[in-house]
Amino acid sequence: MTQTMANPLLSIRDLRIDVGKRAILEGVSLDIHAGEMVGLVGESGCGKSVTALSIMRLIAEPPMRVSGGQILFSGTDLLGLSEKALQKLRGDDIAMIFQEPMTSLNPVFTIGDQITEAVLLHRKVSDHDAKARAVELLTKVGIPAPAQALERYPHQLSGGQRQRVMIAIALACDPKLLVADEPTTALDVTVQAQILDLLDRLRRETGMAVLLITHDLGVVSQYCDRVAVMYGGRVVEEAPAEALFARPRHRYTEALLATIPAANPPGVELPAIGGTVPPPGQRPPGCTFHPRCHAMVEPCPKTMPELVGDTHKVRCWNPAS
Amino acid sequence: MSLLDIRHLSKTYPGAHGQTVKAVSDVSLTIEAGEVLGVVGESGCGKSTLGRALLRLIEPSAGEVHFGGKDLVKLDRRAMTAMRRDLQIIFQDPFGSLNPRHKVGTIIGEPLVVHRVGTQQERKARVAELLALVGLPDNAADRFPHEFSGGQRQRIAIARALALSPKLLVADEAVSALDVSIQSQIINLIAKLQKQLSLSILFISHDLSVIRHVSDRIAVMYLGRIVEIGPAEEIMEAPLHPYTQALLSAIPRPGVGRGAGRIVLEGELPDPANPPTGCPFHTRCPKVMAVCRTVRPELAAPHGALVEGRAPQSQVACHLYGPTP
Repeated sequence: MTQTMANPLLSIRDLRIDVGKRAILEGVSLDIHAGEMVGLVGESGCGKSVTALSIMRLIAEPPMRVSGGQILFSGTDLLGLSEKALQKLRGDDIAMIFQEPMTSLNPVFTIGDQITEAVLLHRKVSDHDAKARAVELLTKVGIPAPAQALERYPHQLSGGQRQRVMIAIALACDPKLLVADEPTTALDVTVQAQILDLLDRLRRETGMAVLLITHDLGVVSQYCDRVAVMYGGRVVEEAPAEALFARPRHRYTEALLATIPAANPPGVELPAIGGTVPPPGQRPPGCTFHPRCHAMVEPCPKTMPELVGDTHKVRCWNPAS
Repeated sequence: MSLLDIRHLSKTYPGAHGQTVKAVSDVSLTIEAGEVLGVVGESGCGKSTLGRALLRLIEPSAGEVHFGGKDLVKLDRRAMTAMRRDLQIIFQDPFGSLNPRHKVGTIIGEPLVVHRVGTQQERKARVAELLALVGLPDNAADRFPHEFSGGQRQRIAIARALALSPKLLVADEAVSALDVSIQSQIINLIAKLQKQLSLSILFISHDLSVIRHVSDRIAVMYLGRIVEIGPAEEIMEAPLHPYTQALLSAIPRPGVGRGAGRIVLEGELPDPANPPTGCPFHTRCPKVMAVCRTVRPELAAPHGALVEGRAPQSQVACHLYGPTP
C-alpha cells in the first residue's frame, strides 16, 4: 500500500444515486491514493459500473440522479463542478477505459487521428508535436512499429491492440487517475495477462492511480493493492487485497470465494450460493444479502449494518472471524 | 467401442482475397459413454466450430464422425434428424436460445413434438418431470422466458436438451455468461445430471478452471488443432505443451497473489486465414526451436516425458517431445 497516510487522490463519500425515488447506489464510500490500484468487484447489477461512471459524471442523468454524498478529487467536489469544468477534467486529470475497445474507437478515423485529438483537446501543442506524442504513447503501451500504426484503422488491429490504443489515448495527458471498467473482460486470457501487466507497469512508472472494475476475483487478487466488494448497491467489504483473500469477513465475499471452481477439488459439488442477486427494485429490507446468507442472525432482515473497521472494513452483523 | 469417434474432422471457410480459413484442421478424438471431455482454447481456436461440426449444425468439410455405428457425415437429412434424438447442445446465451413468444412448457416439450414422442398428456408429464430435474418450479411451464433470470433460463435450455434423453450433450460455453454465484449452481446441476443420466458431455469453454472442475479428459486447441489431449489431472498438474503451460499460468487465481512463475506470452493469436508455417504456436512459443518453424509436429505420445515416474497418458503435438528433440 502506498501513501496511506497522505490525503487520498479520490475520495468517494457516502454516494447515493437514485432512479426515480429508488436508490440504486447507497452509502458508497471509497478512497484511492496516488499510485494505488484499487479493485471494485461484484456481480452484475451490484452497482460497480455506476460507481465508476459517476466519478466522471458519465451516468445517464436523467433517469439517474446523484442525490447525496461527495466525490472529492484532490480536495475538489466533482459533484459541484460545471459541465465545462468537468470536460476539462475528463481526459486530463481522470481518464477512463471500457470493456469493448471497438465501440470506443471511431471506425472511420485512423489510430493517429484519435490519439492526437486527445492530445490537442487538452494541450496547446503543434500538430507535429501532437504526432510525436502519439508515437511516444504507442511505444509506451507496447504497440510494435508505432509510426506505421498511426496510419491504421481500428478494424485492422486485434482486440488486445485496440485496448492498448485506448490506454494510449487515456494516457495522452498523463492523468492522475485511470478508471478501467472491465478492461480485459472481452479479451482472451493470455492477452488479458499482457494488458493487466501493462496497467501495472504504467502505474508504477507514472504514479497514476487505477480503479479497476471487474467481476473477476482472480484478476483483483493478482493486481490490486486494495479491494472493495459491492453487493446490492453498497460496498460490503473493503480491505487490503491480501487480507481480503486470506480472510474474507463478509459472508458474501466468503461465499463468493468458496464457490469458484478453482477453489475446489475437481468434481466435488461446488458450495453454491442459493438464489440470485436481487435487482434494484426488489432489494430486501435489512442486509441485502440476508436471504442468501447461511450465517444470518437476528438483526439481518431488519437493519442494514454499517461499514465498520480500520483497514479491513466490513458491513455485516455476523462477520466471519 | 467409443460412443463418439471423430476422425480427421476439418472445417474450412472461404476467406478474404481467395484465402481459405481452416477453422478446424484434422481433429481426431473419442468420447466414451458417460465421459466428460473438456475442450479448451482461446477465441478462434475452433472449439465451437468443432462442437457444431460434429452435430452437423455446420457441415464439416472433411472427416468422419462415428456415432451409434454410423458415420454422421454421410447421413441424409432425414436420418440425421432422427439421430439428433441422441445428440443435443446447449449454448452460451440463454437469452438468445429461447423463443420469447413461447411458454417454457412449449419450449421444453418441443423436441418431443418434433420427434413424435408420446401423447399430449404424456408430453405434459415429461415436461413436469424435466422441470423438477433441473430444479425449476412446476408453474414455470406456464410462464415466458423473460420472466426468468439468466441462470434459470440456462436451466430451461438444459431441460429442453434432455427432453429426449440424449446420449451426448455438447455444452458450448454453457456457463460463461453467468455471474460467479450462478455459474457454480449450473456447474453443479450439469455435474449432477451427468452422473444421474450417465451422459457423455463435450464441454467447451475458454475457462480452464471450469474445464478442470467438470472434465475427465481435456483437449487443448490452438488455431484449429488439438495441441494436447489427456486425462484432466495430467493436463492440469503436468502440462506438456508450452501453450498449455502458458494458458494455465495466465489464469489469475484468487489468493495466489502477484505473478510468481507466470509465463506471459508475447503477441496474440495469428490470423487463422494465414497460419504460421510449421508448428502453429511457434510465433509465440517461449521454447521455440529451429525445426518448429518449418515442420508441424503431429499429435503423438510424448517421448522422454515422465509424470510421477511413469509415461504420461497424454498426447501432445510438440517437437520438444519428438523422438529426436
